Amino acid sequence: MEREVFRVAVTGLGFITPIGQDVETVWSNLVEGVSGVGPVTRFDCSQHSTKIAAEVKNFAPEDFMDRKTARNIGRYSQFAIAASYLALEDSGLVPAEMDPDAVGVIVSSGAGGIEEIEKNQTILMNRGVRRISPFTVPTMITDMAAGQVAMRFRAGGPNYAIVSACASSGHGIGEAAEIIRRGDAIAMLAGGAEACITPLVMGAFGQIKATSERNDEPERACRPFDTGRDGFVMGEGGVMFVLEEMGHAKRRGARIWAEIAGYGATADMYHFTAPEPEGRGAARAMRRALDKAGIAAEDVGYLNAHGTSTKLGDLAETKAIKSVFGDHAYNLAVSSTKSVHGHLLGAAGAMEAGACVLALDRGQLPPTINLEDQDPLCDLDYVPNRARPTTTRVAISNSFGFGGHNAALVIRKPDLN
Amino acid sequence: MTELKFADLQELAAEILGVDPEQVQMEVSFARDLAADSLDLVELIAAVEDKYGVELPDEELEQMKQIGDLWHFLEAKQASAAEA
Repeated sequence: MEREVFRVAVTGLGFITPIGQDVETVWSNLVEGVSGVGPVTRFDCSQHSTKIAAEVKNFAPEDFMDRKTARNIGRYSQFAIAASYLALEDSGLVPAEMDPDAVGVIVSSGAGGIEEIEKNQTILMNRGVRRISPFTVPTMITDMAAGQVAMRFRAGGPNYAIVSACASSGHGIGEAAEIIRRGDAIAMLAGGAEACITPLVMGAFGQIKATSERNDEPERACRPFDTGRDGFVMGEGGVMFVLEEMGHAKRRGARIWAEIAGYGATADMYHFTAPEPEGRGAARAMRRALDKAGIAAEDVGYLNAHGTSTKLGDLAETKAIKSVFGDHAYNLAVSSTKSVHGHLLGAAGAMEAGACVLALDRGQLPPTINLEDQDPLCDLDYVPNRARPTTTRVAISNSFGFGGHNAALVIRKPDLN
Repeated sequence: MTELKFADLQELAAEILGVDPEQVQMEVSFARDLAADSLDLVELIAAVEDKYGVELPDEELEQMKQIGDLWHFLEAKQASAAEA
């Protein structure tokens, strides 16, 4: 017997980000191009080559969980719980009132509880084994956020993390959609959480010159596709989606923000950190996502680029877009909202899929800011500096990660009926 | 050894166990009343050892069921420190 293939609606969005902790603030900053980048305040970075980042400010974990939980879990897990709380509130779905198998959780993260690892390594070196926190293991492991979200909201379906560096939550949302499509859950809380604005991680990215050193002009530091780009800007945060089987969402009268229509995942097979120069792996991911959605390339009107503001990455992605879209590449609006919110690493895919959902819903294309002197080799329409209206119904979100992981999501405006 | 005040122990335990200081009383059970699991106790003991400059052997720890047990251990330590 052939099994039914379900469609996947987005019915809830939750943002804990450097540009806001509610949908309207996030959207207004995206569309106005108000940067979330500033000097690093989380630790003393005087020795670091990069001294700027997009931090989450004024985050109050106690608003979303009890004091003890907040104290004993890593910052990335706090972000995941808070963003899940907001996404569930937005969707009106209450997992605790549903069958325990009905709702699953995927929280993706690149580095999980790296902050706790660093702290406890320092304790080990300075004060000895007996002062290592008993919470070190449960806070450092990258799957713990998914476990914590399940405990907090009583969501007992499929539960794990998907890890693919900066593509993690692109894959997380894509795989969560597949879980619903094949009937293993009615709804999934899916997205990413990252908190690695830490001495070790900032230092390590600095050593490979991956991060911008435009320390005197934080808001202008992330400049994808601009000739003056000199690396990405570290961000942090948690962004969670409620994905839901379309029929279930319609029957309960939920607001349907969008549909996750297609998903593609590929590997570059090329290098640790550098993208394959022609963007072939990225192109294959986009083609597969379009093919699975049954959508022609010409019907895509907006592409939210991975666009990290690195020399190699922005160029390879531009080539990948041209190879997939052909002549339509020049009619396609492409923007990198990382220019505004920084690079949320493992949460970047969810942040940017969220930007696509909002762009389709609001009929506005969020800009690439700081695009003042466009790289002649990057010759597409990157929606420079100012938002503009759109009537498009289909967007793509690209996410790529160190290791050569590529994820592409095709997101469609919901049918009117 | 730092001077022993029950209010200090209340404050320390409350912070680590995520409860209010007035909930921390002599007869309350770590597990039953304060919802403290073995991870919480390891953290609390480390904090107590740091604050009072004492060391709690694991076999003592296993005997500690309520706040009063911890308090009496500290009192005994203080008494032996005073004799020394």
